[in-house]
Amino acid sequence: MPQPDGSSIVLTTRVQAMLGWVRKNSLWPLPFGTGCCAVEFNSSVSSHYDLARFGAEVVRFSPRQSDMMIVAGTITDKMGPVVKRVYDQMAEPKYVIAMGACACSGGFYRAYHVMQGIDELIPVDVYVAGCPPTPEALIHGILELQEMIQRGKTHHDRLKTQDRKATTALPG
Amino acid sequence: MTDSRHKTEKPQPPFPAELKALGSQILGSEKTGDGHHEMLVDRSRILEVLRTVKEDPAIHCDLLVDICGVDWPDRDDRFEVVYHLAALETGLRLRIRVPLKEEDPTMPSAFGLWKGANWFEREAWDLFGIHFEGHPNLKRLLTHEAFDGHPLRKDYEPGRRCLLTEDEIMTPEWARENPTDNDQFETHILNLGPSHPATHGVLRTVVQLEGEVIRRAECEIGYLHRCFEKMVESQGWNQVIPYTDRLNYCSSMINSVGYALAVEKLLDVEAPPRAQILRLILSEFSRIMDHAVCLGANLVDLGAVTGSRYFFQVREEIYGLLESCSGARLTVSYARIGGLSHDVPENFSSQVRVLLDTIPGFIDDVEKLVTRNTIFRDRTEGVGVISGAEALAWGWTGPCLRASGIPYDVRKASPYLGYENIEFDVPVATTGDCYARYLVRMEEMRQSLHIIRQAIDSIPGGPVMIDDPHIAPPEKSKAYNEMESMIRHFKLLNDGIQVPAGNGYGFTEGANGELGYYLVSNGGGKPYRIKVRPPCFAIYQAYPHLLEGQMVSDAIAILGSLNIIAGELDR
Repeated sequence: MPQPDGSSIVLTTRVQAMLGWVRKNSLWPLPFGTGCCAVEFNSSVSSHYDLARFGAEVVRFSPRQSDMMIVAGTITDKMGPVVKRVYDQMAEPKYVIAMGACACSGGFYRAYHVMQGIDELIPVDVYVAGCPPTPEALIHGILELQEMIQRGKTHHDRLKTQDRKATTALPG
Repeated sequence: MTDSRHKTEKPQPPFPAELKALGSQILGSEKTGDGHHEMLVDRSRILEVLRTVKEDPAIHCDLLVDICGVDWPDRDDRFEVVYHLAALETGLRLRIRVPLKEEDPTMPSAFGLWKGANWFEREAWDLFGIHFEGHPNLKRLLTHEAFDGHPLRKDYEPGRRCLLTEDEIMTPEWARENPTDNDQFETHILNLGPSHPATHGVLRTVVQLEGEVIRRAECEIGYLHRCFEKMVESQGWNQVIPYTDRLNYCSSMINSVGYALAVEKLLDVEAPPRAQILRLILSEFSRIMDHAVCLGANLVDLGAVTGSRYFFQVREEIYGLLESCSGARLTVSYARIGGLSHDVPENFSSQVRVLLDTIPGFIDDVEKLVTRNTIFRDRTEGVGVISGAEALAWGWTGPCLRASGIPYDVRKASPYLGYENIEFDVPVATTGDCYARYLVRMEEMRQSLHIIRQAIDSIPGGPVMIDDPHIAPPEKSKAYNEMESMIRHFKLLNDGIQVPAGNGYGFTEGANGELGYYLVSNGGGKPYRIKVRPPCFAIYQAYPHLLEGQMVSDAIAILGSLNIIAGELDR
């Protein structure tokens, strides 16, 4: 890294830490908005709260292009297979935020057509409470996720560790 | 307490003599208390009655408001189908009840008379298992294909789920086989949604394209069916309010006020004047928010991203006001049966005045950017045209109907909350296209500001909650310190508000049109049945017909202009 006086210095880091640093600051959200929470998600990316300040403003509706799925709203049994398919289409590494009470646990809809939390279907990294959560709460959730990515604590990282253990434990 | 109980009924048109010969049992409007004429009709005569009601010039009920089922397991005739009808010219309101036996819950379809019966009957089939003979497409609507049973029947366990796998996702039959025409473009099946950026919520439309022109379309809804009507049957009357807030979440205040008014009608009480006017002001602000989201989303879909940012700022400003009143931004849960949960903050008036000064600026900015914009006009003018008569046949109400030239507005037709004392115009357009719907909404926002400007100067003092120990809980200080208040508090919160047995339909002007609540009470602390009449539901069922012959990109423009809110559509 060049310095003002013409000399240069070298920063050393681990590959994992650098990857985490890069990944956490360029999250591309996929808003899977179904209900009321989607309106608050819109507020979060609009000018007033400006999610761009945290490097997560490139909203992409295509699962192929995004790495952070924000499930905002109630997921019903009819919608379940769609969530699963969209999640499966995302490329690794991918992260999931469950925004709001419905996505976390079904909320106050303990009913015949409502999924009692999206973790019935897909792994969730961060649960954001609220009905609906304020934009501040969602931004807090994203900051939490960034911290988890940096420290290698996401579901994606856990899966990788499990895989490594499984391969090393193979006989022969 | 004596002040709170007084009749608010305005004079109703008399019961038409032509009808008296038709009904096997006529219940006059004085018996129903909600201003509706009610009659019981045997199912063998229902088509004849409905035809007379629609076609007789003296009655002429041109709007089919709602069809719903009610389940009475203890009665001989287990099911009941309830029709709500309205004559826009005379203001006549009619309710027709048809009892059905459990062994044979079939009756003729009203689709031939009103196209709007289409989805209402499908819903009754889905949720109650009532079979409508002669319906063109009687299959499940809100629940999924793999669902077993009819969930709104009283013997259906609220929490019993049926799971759906990916292979079972339904495609309409005509879309499965793909006929190709050798002389023409190849036809092509396209699936819009349910996860699609332009559907703003979870709506799915399957279209058959010939080149870029839509030949056939079908909507699939229910992706946000959260079982509102089943859930509320296990809640107290006041506990329903958080659920109503999540119906049309873009304007939750209007929903809860409409519900509270409907229950108050059933109880025959009225909220104090201060609560009424505060409800009115916040409802009008909610209407502005709703229109702002609708127009903003419509603009984004057409590529005009800037306009939506202005409109989202309008929302943020109004959120500030709602948050200072209720503590929540979006789902406010602020109304209560008999008033409001608590008074507004001291600086309410000054906050409102600031908003009244700032919001017109945002509207003017968008107006300058969009209204005469050539691209916007090219995309919206002459697109998605519907005539007034046809819109009415589908059961449309609200801004979409007014854009087709029919000036029906519940605030004028049957005023509530003191709209009769306020001067405002009902904007009407005549062309019935997407551009007309845009213009109507823009002007309605200005009219809402005009309404608020008049109301803000006349906020009376006094309580915001009715003085009735059977409805309003005592103040907290009293509940802690006085024996009698404590007992009342305990009784009210444990048993809930006791609503006398009966039924009633309350309706208000929601942001999308007539928002109605049909309430049935069996005298307990919990509702026996609540049926919401969501304005979107009637509007959206006409969407496939608007699409036929349009370009695929117009589908997005039309959808945005209808303002379909999935929470309200699917409940």
